[in-house]
Amino acid sequence: MKKEIVASGLAAVIGCALLAGASPARADEFTKQDVERWNQQFMQVVQKGRELWTSPALGKNGVVCGQCHPNAANSHPETYPKFQKQIGRVITLPEMINWCIRNPLEGVPLAVDSPEMTALVAYATYERRGVKLEPGKH
Amino acid sequence: MSNNYSRRSFLRTAGTVAAVGALPLTLVELAFAKAEDNFTFAYISDSHIQHIRGTKFVNNWDRGLIRAVAETNLISPKPDFVMFGGDLAQLGTKAELDHGAGMLGKLNGKLRCVMGEHDYYLDLGEYWSKLFGPQYYSFDHKGVHFVVLNSILTTDEWTYKRWPTGEQRMLEMAGLDNPNGSPFMVGEKQREWLAKDLAGIAKDTPLVVFSHSPIQKIYKGWNFWTDDAEQVQALLQPFSKVNVVYGHVHQIQYNQIGNISFNSVMATAWPWPYPQSYAQAEQYMPKLTIPMNRADPFFERDATGWQLIDVNTGRVALNYNLYSNRPRTVAFDPKLGHPVDKQFQAEATLQPNQTQY
Repeated sequence: MKKEIVASGLAAVIGCALLAGASPARADEFTKQDVERWNQQFMQVVQKGRELWTSPALGKNGVVCGQCHPNAANSHPETYPKFQKQIGRVITLPEMINWCIRNPLEGVPLAVDSPEMTALVAYATYERRGVKLEPGKH
Repeated sequence: MSNNYSRRSFLRTAGTVAAVGALPLTLVELAFAKAEDNFTFAYISDSHIQHIRGTKFVNNWDRGLIRAVAETNLISPKPDFVMFGGDLAQLGTKAELDHGAGMLGKLNGKLRCVMGEHDYYLDLGEYWSKLFGPQYYSFDHKGVHFVVLNSILTTDEWTYKRWPTGEQRMLEMAGLDNPNGSPFMVGEKQREWLAKDLAGIAKDTPLVVFSHSPIQKIYKGWNFWTDDAEQVQALLQPFSKVNVVYGHVHQIQYNQIGNISFNSVMATAWPWPYPQSYAQAEQYMPKLTIPMNRADPFFERDATGWQLIDVNTGRVALNYNLYSNRPRTVAFDPKLGHPVDKQFQAEATLQPNQTQY
């Protein structure tokens, strides 16, 4: 994680240098191997999310997320945070996922920073890739 | 039309029913020149009864079917028979099929069933057939020829050779979006049967075909699809009035291909997103279809409405009751020659869509 933050920070510095017209700094730029590793790490979490999305063990009654949301369709992650009128306040996608775990899945909500929740959010968002961000949209 | 009386009396009944809540079923009315030939039938589909353990089943899906059965029994005049459109069970177990059959057993009147993939792939329909009879068949009722197809078959290789157990085969097919699944098909044997069955039927006889999957190709990734759809359609096209009514998709769809009108029915269990809402999909939703708004998950029965279907002069008109959404009517328009949504029309004349939340 630390390495990624350092890398993106340096990337920003390089970007600024380019904008300023100065000769680009070449120190510590990331490599093809770095990108491959980061992507692989991400896709592993997406895959874990897909497993959880279709796992009867996520809830308590055997119902899985994918029963109502095949390929995470109609989970519209690009619209969060948004005012969820049924809850009466602005919420994030993990809070809505926890609503689904509690209700249709009759299960126990996840900690919003748990690896499982991160994986579910990664999967749903990955299935929606390419769609423009529209926070707040209904 | 001569169905006015029946429709009025149904709507009166529907008003009574609305007092206790509307229901996810399909009431089908066939109206003919002679009033005494008019009749109705109810259509309930996709209940997905899901076993948890012991005597416990998923309450949400149970409630959908219980409600549909109870309210079907309230309809007056009484429907001539009731169709169940497939996917009674979620994983095809005896526990699920028995539990579902117990609920369906409370229906007053004759029940006929269509095979769904969730009923089939555990034991290839063996226990289902013990409960409900043949997997494909036809019958005649008051001048209409009805055909029931088992449209959820697939290749022999996938069915018999790929999976070590029936349980795994069932689980692989039960995941709608599972890439390990396999495209549905009616198959050669059943198409031969269908050709023979239709050989003796006059070409102007209204034909109503029930299948679980759409006998048309919409989106392969979720099996909104039948692989040999064109070959089945070719057997149906010589008839002047053909209606295909299908379940599986848990949403309103309609289409017209030649002489064949296609209409889907709602599920009692849960609604599905339209394939176009999956950003990565290549799909062929019929342009005629005006989609439903997405469902409100906080209302368990939302988008699991029920329909009253008239078949005026042999063509179907589905009147959908969609609970907290405005009711919709999708009817065959003889001038246009295809089904039309009476309120939510083609783009040029489109009214603002209903709002859910």
